Amino acid sequence: MMATINRIQAIFFKELMQLKRDKVTFGMVVMIPLVQLMLFGFAINTNVRNIPVAVLDYSQTAMSRVLIQTVSATQVVRFTHQYSDLKTARLAIDKSEVRAVLVIPSDVSQRLVRHPSSGFGSPASTDEETSRPIAQWLVDGSDTMIAASIKSLRNMPLAELFGKPANRNTPTFEVTLFYNPEQRTAVNIVPGLVGVILTMTMILFTSAAIVREREQGNLEMLIATPVRPIELMLGKIIPYIFVGLVQVTIILSLGYLVFNVPINGSLLVLLAVTLLFISASLTLGLLISTIATTQLQAMQMTVFILLPSILLSGFMFPYEGMPQAAQYIAEVLPATHYMRLIRGVVLREVEFSAMTYDVYWLVLFTIVGLITASWRFKKNLG
Amino acid sequence: MRVHNGSEFAVIAENMSRHFGDLKAIDNVSLNIEKGIIYGFLGPNGCGKTTAIRMLTGLLIPTSGKVEVLGLQLPQDAEKLRLKMGYMTQKFSLYGDLTVKENLQFIAKIFGLSRAEQKQRIAELLSIYGLDKKHSQLAGSMSGGQRQRLALAAATLHKPELLFLDEPTSAVDPENRREFWEQLFDLCDQGTSILVSTHYMDEAERCHKLAILEDGVKRADGTPDELMNNMAANVIEIDDENIRQLKQQLMQMPEVISAAQIGTRLRVLVDKSVESPADLLASFGRIDRVKLNLVRPSLEDVFVTCTGGGRQ
Repeated sequence: MMATINRIQAIFFKELMQLKRDKVTFGMVVMIPLVQLMLFGFAINTNVRNIPVAVLDYSQTAMSRVLIQTVSATQVVRFTHQYSDLKTARLAIDKSEVRAVLVIPSDVSQRLVRHPSSGFGSPASTDEETSRPIAQWLVDGSDTMIAASIKSLRNMPLAELFGKPANRNTPTFEVTLFYNPEQRTAVNIVPGLVGVILTMTMILFTSAAIVREREQGNLEMLIATPVRPIELMLGKIIPYIFVGLVQVTIILSLGYLVFNVPINGSLLVLLAVTLLFISASLTLGLLISTIATTQLQAMQMTVFILLPSILLSGFMFPYEGMPQAAQYIAEVLPATHYMRLIRGVVLREVEFSAMTYDVYWLVLFTIVGLITASWRFKKNLG
Repeated sequence: MRVHNGSEFAVIAENMSRHFGDLKAIDNVSLNIEKGIIYGFLGPNGCGKTTAIRMLTGLLIPTSGKVEVLGLQLPQDAEKLRLKMGYMTQKFSLYGDLTVKENLQFIAKIFGLSRAEQKQRIAELLSIYGLDKKHSQLAGSMSGGQRQRLALAAATLHKPELLFLDEPTSAVDPENRREFWEQLFDLCDQGTSILVSTHYMDEAERCHKLAILEDGVKRADGTPDELMNNMAANVIEIDDENIRQLKQQLMQMPEVISAAQIGTRLRVLVDKSVESPADLLASFGRIDRVKLNLVRPSLEDVFVTCTGGGRQ
């Protein structure tokens, strides 16, 4: 037992020393979370604003100009071009100069006064003549997020066009937003980013660390010593647990300071679930290292895991929106479970006991992974 | 013939084979290596030396055959063997980004030496292998000779009974090679059994005993003297002009095993069944008989004779 601990310790210190000497990797430990948090925290925004659009105004009246100003005032779109015929307007969309074109018909003034949202004529007319829309949006619908933003303008109130108070329609539903009432994307992104960055660095570091020993021939020497596979695995993993914790600290404290993302739950619970996820990711790295024979292969396999961990885990797109099959795949990935856990702890202050399913899953993943990796890592070259 | 028991032999292999698909890397090799000697594996690159050593160290499981090392059955007892053997790989396999001392400390900890033992043993090794002044240098930045001494220090750190060295001197200059062999003889004197593979004839000649391997098959074994005396050919040296032309001519004879130019002379191996080889060559090549001399065979001649390397 003592011998086991000594050997794990020997590998641990050796790994730490090598990490210290490898200035680039050492730098990446800090730079990856730092740079990526700043980048994604500021860059990713699901509330699309200022979409470049053009206007095709057949009417050229004071009314049409006021309409353009009102649309502009929503800040959803930004008018960058003006066209005089449909053909050039279509071409501009094809060439991606603009994302959409607002086509204002020549009879826009008549349409406006008859339109129910203008507030004239009550009750709102429903016959075909009077229910015609005022103008038309031609939209590049390939990006669903942009299309949705422009679609949100469909029922834009127009009463203020005529200097009247906005006609307050009684909404069908009352909506109360918990946890992120201001709807800031960063609140959801920052905790999720912890999961993505840990997935990337933890898997890559461990898989590369073992494969490097094989590639550089150290492994042949190591397996001719009394080191046992599980000792080698643990000795290699433990330094990276600390690396992972350093990264989480960087992301969450910067998230709090720069993006004002609160940590509502208990830090202890946060530490516990993060350690679980780090362990699960490290075992995944170990598993890769028992399959890959070169560092390049290890890298490719890491990317193979990383992409679904970003796209299917619920980091970017809601888990609930995915088809059943994709949900099953997502369920296998440790990142999916961690996304739920960390968002639960950080944003919703969930108790540890309320998250047992995800916790158990990560524990199970780690144990099974560690056993499989030790079993696959044979102490011979055959 | 002595009785085969673990106490006298460091290595006993019976019909040891290892196949990689269709390739027979080692084919039915049997070995009996006494304790306390330096035993050599001589053979060209790709003849299976490394495969053989890997099987004897327990790193590779034989396809068939029995292997017993230091009285331990392989592969079952491979873990027990690891405490008693040292292995120096062909390629430098310590950590280039650790210093000399850190590498040795790592190995010492792996073998479970106590802190005091570590300190004492590492100091001892650094002085034996002349690495005192280099102890804080990164292993990756050292010369071939220094690295190889470090590797030997690491392989002998836990005082193994049996030391495996896979082409230890391939990246080392002649000066360092001499010194290295001195160190091997010192270790041997202290009772360590050593198994070393090489493709250098002069190194093989230094071994107490050796086996010649070719294409995974053991062609011959014994002491260098035995091998030379029992060689299946006589060696004739011819001192003449136009020896390149003469070589072509003599190679036509079925009795000639090989002919190689050495400086101004031609060294010809003639099958032992020929009673007076010098006369035969003289008459065939129409050369003056006085230019032909029967000489003592070298290990290279043995190697060429039993591997058929002379006839391309």
